[in-house]
Amino acid sequence: MTAGNDWPLWEVFIRAREGLSHKHVGSLHACDAEMALQHARDVYTRRREGESIWVVQSTDIIASAPADKESLFDPADAKIYRHPTFYEVPDEVECL
Amino acid sequence: MVESQSPGQASETEEAARFQARVDQEIKIEPRDWMPEGYRKTLVRQISQHAHSEIVGMLPEGCWVTRAPSLRRKVQLLAKIQDEAGHGLYLYSAAETLGTPRSEMIDALHSDRAKYSNIFNYPVLSWADIGTIGWLVDGAAIINQIALCRCSYGPYARAMERICREESFHQRQGYEIMMSMAFGTSEQKRMAQSALDRWWGPSLMMFGPSDRDTAQSSQSMAWKIKRVSNDDLRQQFVDMAVPQAEYLGLKIPDPDLKWNEERGHYDFGEIDWAELKRVVSGDGPCNKERMAARIKAHEDGAWVREAAVAYAEKKRQRESAARIAAE
Ligand SMILES: [Fe+2]
Ligand SMILES: [Fe+2]
Repeated sequence: MTAGNDWPLWEVFIRAREGLSHKHVGSLHACDAEMALQHARDVYTRRREGESIWVVQSTDIIASAPADKESLFDPADAKIYRHPTFYEVPDEVECL
Repeated sequence: MVESQSPGQASETEEAARFQARVDQEIKIEPRDWMPEGYRKTLVRQISQHAHSEIVGMLPEGCWVTRAPSLRRKVQLLAKIQDEAGHGLYLYSAAETLGTPRSEMIDALHSDRAKYSNIFNYPVLSWADIGTIGWLVDGAAIINQIALCRCSYGPYARAMERICREESFHQRQGYEIMMSMAFGTSEQKRMAQSALDRWWGPSLMMFGPSDRDTAQSSQSMAWKIKRVSNDDLRQQFVDMAVPQAEYLGLKIPDPDLKWNEERGHYDFGEIDWAELKRVVSGDGPCNKERMAARIKAHEDGAWVREAAVAYAEKKRQRESAARIAAE
């Protein structure tokens, strides 16, 4: 006896409240987009956790490699002049 | 997700050292990070076993849905059982991020190569048992799962947080049932006591073998998959349950149970380890029944899964035909 092949895997993103962006909450199996939405509703919003759902087939997500983390993100650490605290301005001048 | 090759291949020992350093600094490990094979294997085994427990755990409660004493009790039991299905699904997804397909895990369960929580191999004899399960079995699961929220593997820890948020109603609805039974007629009170008598021992066993007898634990602790030892979790459970039973006016079936002023904890009697061993190895009152019901449900649903795939395929073909016609 075998459980057979699984339906494709989908990643689920939920907008918790109006005004917020969608956030990844988990994944699930479904044979098409419509079923993925229905399952996402049943699995991830039983307590009204959402206003809106996005589902994306997991194979369609392109992710950066963990090994590239340093080369991608470390350069930003050196660019402290991108932050307001880098600049010295007098206290008595307002609205800066 | 897409596999990628890192340009400067570090040696296995370097990777292992870096991995352990991250774990030691409480940095979560994510699916595509390097991890030792043993870490991956231990997690797949543990998370899938946890998922199986949520799914099999629906069976003993399911048969009481139609016999719930009121509509209020029926909807609360249904909602709890739906949550357990959800918990199973969150956990299968967490395990799948480690590269093992769900169908493989389910196959392992159905062919007796995977375990699930031993507690579900006991029968649910009366409505008071449903109360006791929510109170003690979900209560024990919460203690276990709160500790797991700090697990080093990100997807498992996040699933645990979500599950813990949902569990607390399970325990409270169980305790509420116990209150109406324990404060009800003398017959109801007798049922409540009998349920406690039968579920107390198996509930203590839910935390697994004693620390004296577990070899696996120390590696899991170093990897921060396991954060609190079996015996410490069990002690937390006993300390929680004793005053709760007292409030209900029920007696915990353990003559050795008493408050230890010096330790600041309750002492309790030795667990029947032989029984645990016997039931885990398949010889419990309901092992066969549970697995047979699970396999039957899976097989009976096969045509639905096949029909859904055929329908999705037909729709895809129609859509692409329509697109070609429109071009
Ligand atoms: Fe659960
Ligand atoms: Fe539960």
